[in-house]
Amino acid sequence: MSFRPDIVIVGAGIVGAACGFELAREKFSVAVVDAAGIGMQTTAAGMGHLLVLDDSEEQFALTRYSLSLWNALAKHLPPAVEYSRCGTLWVAGDEDEMAEVVRKHTYYGERGIQTEILDAHALREAEPALRRPLAGGLRVPGDAVLYPPCAAAYLLQRAAELGAKIFLGKAVNSIRNGITRLADGTVFHSKFIINAAGQFAPKLTPGIHIRPRKGHLVITDRYPGTITHQLMELGYLKSAHSISADSVAFNLQPRKTGQLLIGSARQYEVADGNVDFAILSRMLKRAMEYVPSLGSLSAIRVWTGFRPATPDQLPFIGPWPDDPSIFLAAGHEGLGITTSLATGRLAVDFLLRRASAIPVEPYLPSRQIEGVTHA
Amino acid sequence: MNAESKRSFDVAVIGGGPAGMGAATVAAECGLSVVLLDDNPGLGGQIWRGESGSSKHTQASHWFDRVGRSSVEWILEARVFQVGKGHLSAESPDTVHQIAYSHLILATGARERFLPFPGWTLPNVLGAGALHSLIKSGLPVEGKRIVIAGTGPLLLAVAAYAREKGAQVACIAEQTTGAKFACFGLSVLLVPEELEEVWQLAWQLQAVPHWKNCWPVAALGKERLEAVRLSHHGRIREIASDYLACGFHLVPSLELAQFIGCAIQDGYVAVDENQQTCIPGVYCAGEPTGIGGFELALVEGQIAGFAAANRKDLARKLWRRRDAGLRHVRALRRAFELRDELRNMPQEDTLVCRCEDVPFGLLRAHQSWQSAKLHSRCGMGPCQGRVCGAAAEFLFGWSNSSVRPPLFPVRCSSLAEMPVETIPEIHEGGSK
Repeated sequence: MSFRPDIVIVGAGIVGAACGFELAREKFSVAVVDAAGIGMQTTAAGMGHLLVLDDSEEQFALTRYSLSLWNALAKHLPPAVEYSRCGTLWVAGDEDEMAEVVRKHTYYGERGIQTEILDAHALREAEPALRRPLAGGLRVPGDAVLYPPCAAAYLLQRAAELGAKIFLGKAVNSIRNGITRLADGTVFHSKFIINAAGQFAPKLTPGIHIRPRKGHLVITDRYPGTITHQLMELGYLKSAHSISADSVAFNLQPRKTGQLLIGSARQYEVADGNVDFAILSRMLKRAMEYVPSLGSLSAIRVWTGFRPATPDQLPFIGPWPDDPSIFLAAGHEGLGITTSLATGRLAVDFLLRRASAIPVEPYLPSRQIEGVTHA
Repeated sequence: MNAESKRSFDVAVIGGGPAGMGAATVAAECGLSVVLLDDNPGLGGQIWRGESGSSKHTQASHWFDRVGRSSVEWILEARVFQVGKGHLSAESPDTVHQIAYSHLILATGARERFLPFPGWTLPNVLGAGALHSLIKSGLPVEGKRIVIAGTGPLLLAVAAYAREKGAQVACIAEQTTGAKFACFGLSVLLVPEELEEVWQLAWQLQAVPHWKNCWPVAALGKERLEAVRLSHHGRIREIASDYLACGFHLVPSLELAQFIGCAIQDGYVAVDENQQTCIPGVYCAGEPTGIGGFELALVEGQIAGFAAANRKDLARKLWRRRDAGLRHVRALRRAFELRDELRNMPQEDTLVCRCEDVPFGLLRAHQSWQSAKLHSRCGMGPCQGRVCGAAAEFLFGWSNSSVRPPLFPVRCSSLAEMPVETIPEIHEGGSK
């Protein structure tokens, strides 16, 4: 093949798509290659939330930056992307969790994100389907949800309009020293290769610390108006933090279609994609504790997926020290939809050798070698 | 909220049509405890719907009577949404049934394939079998003009029944060629059991135009169907019509078999001479092993029932009849193979998926059912792809082998109450 792109991107998930979009906008010639199709792995399996999270200062910086990029893009997104700025409502069950609401409110506010504290009464007004009693909640009005496979397709369509070439159904055998070898014998020579293969990234770049973290989701039939915000329990922070044990947390999303997406569950060290009825049951019961009327709604589909998780819960964005032709953009765990656009920007900044809007050091893959990431 | 019922049986039969009734009855007559589950309000399946207590169909009344006298316990309006090793869960309007079983017999039947063409979503455009059922349950058709289009002998049966109820059947539009149809007619002459029925049909339909090489191009009308545009021998004709009933074959309902990992061969569940699937103790009978009508389904069901009861001697006695039925199935498949031109029936804006309003043009861009589903939402609605999946399979050659739980939409509370030991072995090829 005579096509000689500047950059080859391996992976047409949301992260690869965002990198393709940002690079094509900067006039790079880009090839995007995926073994399956657009957004068929973690991108297809996830909830599609765009939210600011404060597990760490670095996570907050990346999610806040990326959300600002999504906000700028929002008006261009076609209806199929189902973008909806429904906001997140963090639900506090008791006074301890209410203290967390206050802390979060202050933390977000000091960093320029407006939030609103709701007392028990205001929470009831905002979401009548929630059980009573609850202590209150925190509304983050800027958060949004979208339908990720179509978001990835939109970004790649924009990239293609700017000249990017998209190769779907093409497995990549190896990437090394600027050479990308496809299973069908095609070879690309390029200056840089972006490994955006998500949970499969370590197969192409051995040594990266990315482990699949399994999740389960349930989607219901259409019940428009049941809830209007994305609902999250504050216990989520505690349970998601536990690195080894299986955990469930209440997370309920209203989709634009009127459907409800019920999450979430996290499991490590499970390789098969089978539905695990034990954890599914725990997840549903947790959701029904918060929204009792869910029990009578019709569930039409259950599925599983794998998040590409890193030891310190931050993605790898930056050059791979062992091979300067490889740029990693992988390991976004459950936040890949939110942080994809920022990842694309950081990749462009690196290639153009320009300063980024946020400090890039926390996300550099070299932190792994320095031993910082070993939790 | 949900009442819960936990029971244990030697045999669980899923599907209460002829195959399931045959299987359940003989297994019970051999002394086994048998449960028969069906999602309809009555036994009989699509073909014998509502014939309980009627004396007209001798086979039907024989089996309704026999199953009624047996020890079979049946649970109606129950959808099996989860099957694991030795255990299944079904939901009926107010109860979740947890059933432990030793042998499982799948008799899940078939549904109509509907191929999309412009106007197919207009009111009064129906499946051929659906029209049949509606007339049976009281839809008045006296004096109504009906066009019946599609393929296969089902069209003739529906036409005859509609005429009997006073409808004017304007024409039967059969997509296959006259030559193939004639061959099929000859093959029927070799099956004496079919002969009488065929003569009767031919007699009843002698006044009805029966066009070969003919298929619908569009259903026309504003609020509801007013006329049907047909392609007949390459010429376009328009026929004024109150109803259009279409049937482009029955497609086997394989979801359950696929879900538990039964091998599928050429689009049907692979079974041995005793109707056992590749999973020991799991049998399959009726349309999922080959579309052959109720007589074959009855025989296959009985073989499965006898085999489950370990009465292979009795099963063996039915092999010859079953094998004759299977020869008939192959003749049917040859005669009524869908022609390529039918893939051109939909226009760019013709809906393929009604649940999610997905037009043909949007689907064409995709390479696989997985990709099309993900990006267009085709098949993601409450019918779970049961309608558009069969259409997409024919139109694009996509196969849909991954079946996800729940097998049917089910209340969240029922799903949450699933016993945790029920972990099926699912092998998914794709992502999600």
